Amino acid sequence: MDLHFGDSKPTDDERAAVDALLGPPESSWEGADRSDADLRWARGGRAARDRRDLLLPGLHALNDRIGWISEGALDYLCRRLTVPPAEAYGVATFYALFSVRPRPATVLHVCTDLACAAAGASELCAGIEGRLGPGSGVSVQRSPCLGLCERAPAALAVKAGDPVRTAVSAPATVEQAVLAASAPDSAPEEPAAVMAVPQAGDPSLTLLRRVGVVDPASLDDYRAHGGYTALRRAFELGPAGVIREVTDSGLVGRGGAAFPTGRKWQATASQPDHPHYVVCNADESEPGTFKDRVLMEGDPYALVEAMTIAGYATGAHRGYLYLRGEYPRALRRLEHAIAQARARGFLGDDVLGQGYAFDIEIRRGAGAYICGEETALFNSIEGYRGEPRSKPPFPVEKGLFGKPTVENNVETLVNVLPVLTMGAPAYAAVGTAGSTGPKLYCVSGSVDRPGVYELPFGATLGELLELAGVRDGLRAVLLGGAAGGFVRADEMDIPLTFEGTRAAGTTLGSGVVMAFDGTVPLPRLLLRIAEFFRDESCGQCVPCRVGTVRQEEALHRIAERTGAAAADDIALLREVGRAMRDASICGLGQTAWNAVESAIDRLGAYA
Amino acid sequence: MTAIPLGVPRRLVEFTLDGQEARVPEGSTILDACRAAGKDIPTLCEGDTLRPKNACRVCVVEVEGSRTLVPACSRKAEPGMEVSTGTERARHSRKIVLELLASSVDLSTTPRVAGWLKEYEAKPDRFGPDAARLNEEPKVDNELYVRDYDKCILCYKCVDACGDQWQNTFAISVAGRGFDARIAVEHDAPLTDSACVYCGNCIEVCPTGALSFKSEFDMRAAGTWDESAQTETTTVCAYCGVGCNLTLHVQDNEIVKVTSPHDNPVTHGNLCIKGRFGYQHVQNRD
Ligand code: SF4
Ligand code: SF4
Ligand code: SF4
Ligand code: FES
Ligand code: FES
Repeated sequence: MDLHFGDSKPTDDERAAVDALLGPPESSWEGADRSDADLRWARGGRAARDRRDLLLPGLHALNDRIGWISEGALDYLCRRLTVPPAEAYGVATFYALFSVRPRPATVLHVCTDLACAAAGASELCAGIEGRLGPGSGVSVQRSPCLGLCERAPAALAVKAGDPVRTAVSAPATVEQAVLAASAPDSAPEEPAAVMAVPQAGDPSLTLLRRVGVVDPASLDDYRAHGGYTALRRAFELGPAGVIREVTDSGLVGRGGAAFPTGRKWQATASQPDHPHYVVCNADESEPGTFKDRVLMEGDPYALVEAMTIAGYATGAHRGYLYLRGEYPRALRRLEHAIAQARARGFLGDDVLGQGYAFDIEIRRGAGAYICGEETALFNSIEGYRGEPRSKPPFPVEKGLFGKPTVENNVETLVNVLPVLTMGAPAYAAVGTAGSTGPKLYCVSGSVDRPGVYELPFGATLGELLELAGVRDGLRAVLLGGAAGGFVRADEMDIPLTFEGTRAAGTTLGSGVVMAFDGTVPLPRLLLRIAEFFRDESCGQCVPCRVGTVRQEEALHRIAERTGAAAADDIALLREVGRAMRDASICGLGQTAWNAVESAIDRLGAYA
Repeated sequence: MTAIPLGVPRRLVEFTLDGQEARVPEGSTILDACRAAGKDIPTLCEGDTLRPKNACRVCVVEVEGSRTLVPACSRKAEPGMEVSTGTERARHSRKIVLELLASSVDLSTTPRVAGWLKEYEAKPDRFGPDAARLNEEPKVDNELYVRDYDKCILCYKCVDACGDQWQNTFAISVAGRGFDARIAVEHDAPLTDSACVYCGNCIEVCPTGALSFKSEFDMRAAGTWDESAQTETTTVCAYCGVGCNLTLHVQDNEIVKVTSPHDNPVTHGNLCIKGRFGYQHVQNRD
């Protein structure tokens, strides 16, 4: 590889941001002053290219410090990592949180997604834009779901600098959002994570049991509340024993695909190729989802412990936690928890004195829904564009860095703790035969007590909504988020299980339950969903890249139409949607049309 | 990749293709099997010298038991597989893919696509006059070749040819996301500011004419480009000892572009700037 660099130079700040991550450059090739020694040795090749996975952290370092990524800065980062600038440019322009054009140091992300739209996001946005126009030093950006739906409408301010400052305003008013953006340091502290758990204190809780009870900063407090008993149990059982328990528990992935976790672990553990990796998918970006955030903010050590167990069972010594870029508080809590666990021997070369080495590294996403797709997530960690890979080969065989990888989301992993502490039979007794254990739901929209709920599988939709205090005038419920489907207000007896929702012709997805009354017209919601997928398509395959655009256009045309006036465009939507479902590479394109289709077929939209 | 059979013969995989028994060497794709059986499946992003990227999805076929359709160009034939190439479901997706592309991209110089549009009764116009298009102006920033991304279907072939699969120059990449994704050099700069070494290997693999010799681009603009009046002569490059094969495309006694045979076991269609573009001295007549 023969790298070519332009003449742009980094500023001192940009250089400092990169050097803070990578250490000072060692030779003039990497951008240091030229010295005699440079003439006598060469650096690069495999050792340098092996650092490619630091590209995304490097881009974050620049974006955090400066607010955007200049030519000189990108070139300097490329020199340090031996990455071709064209590729790095392709990566930088893939993520919504980065900019390769100059912009103000502060960016205010205002959510205009479903729950926020129903809570008046467009007026909020207009109000904010009125106050923070050009010259205000703040760039206002309309954002997809920020994962704060229980406090809709939401805004997140990010002020670049050293260190970067963030502030959340939710529920946001124009006043508060403007304050958060102009003075993030003096904005009021966010409410504690437990405020998003209306059932807090209920003794029947399993997964949410510790949220609001333990001090999320204290490892001792975590242990005083039963922390690390599951890992000790794991060491007693041995890796094969752990996998047997997880398999017998009937635990399946909570991310939407519902794949048996034990089988995935077994398949990874048995691969002859090494090393093995554990990847925790904490890139929770499905509109309407915020349960992983609440867990990570409220009980961060639980995730650290669960990842350690997954690593032990599958023979991995390294775990990557891929965290959504829009979750600054979860990032702080987890960084702290991992550092504490490492300092106290719960991570590191010799976990709990058992001779097992395991450590966790956090990688931040940068605003790309598609990176929640497991193979796109691997590419993102590796420093490539977050485009899904074609399967087969599957991750258990060739995953992160081409090695056997077990990938689970946050909720799935934390379920492993009760599996081990209760034992598989007791865990499997919770829920139904086909869907075992407790399940988390993110309830938002037209309810009095929005938040994360925990119920055993098998509760009905009506029971859940009653718990959340559903308001009068319910029109429709969106299950599973933007990739899920709508159900009618008279379908409250749908059992919330994988098999029950499937039988009802809908999906549980990741557990989103968004209630809508009639205040926002349905066509506007559908348009928002279409816009979301058009924005988030990675662009790799034609059915999704162009199909999402054509669908959005058709939904625009019929926004105000019904009956015969809409019939042609609905036929068009169906035809394009069918090809997207059949021929797209990944789940994004395959499910992008689900919600709109369900609204037409089930709710009679445009009829 | 060009198949040069070496070593032990490969085992045969038996499976069903459109109801008929099919046998192909292990490792063959469904597309290989289709071609061996004389079946014509449309392909756009597939390239004979490149690893399949399976991005365009125009080659999808139905495989018994698979939830979605599968790309014939990259899915390997497996024993016992039941593949159907002509089902209504597969043809529907191909038709929509063609419509989506033809409604957003200028396919006027993409070989064979007009025939497929007809065969699949594709009607790209039905998305209406306001359907978004790429709307890119040709980038003419050097004397050797033109990048007309209005014709680009984002097949990734040029990126792969410039990158780790052949040239190892990494001058170009996909930038942006979704419908706004485009092939670009760093900072969207002109080619002359990039790492490009003008090997033209990207032009060699481009299936749409988005990348073309400046000579071809200019002649098309002037209305003088006439493929039927061109002859192709394959000869050996005289610049160095590698001995690459050059195919000279000649119209009116002038070389108008240079390609290289993909089945050459050494070069697989790749050249360097001298072989690709250094032909002017041949036709300096004074
Ligand atoms: S379906 Fe969409 S997101 Fe998935 S690979 Fe294709 S373009 Fe990318
Ligand atoms: S001419 Fe060669 S170096 Fe230049 S972009 Fe094309 S493949 Fe890359
Ligand atoms: S320029 Fe040509 S080779 Fe490159 S992606 Fe576009 S169509 Fe494919
Ligand atoms: S935070 Fe706005 S919809 Fe989720
Ligand atoms: S030719 Fe198979 S996906 Fe493009």
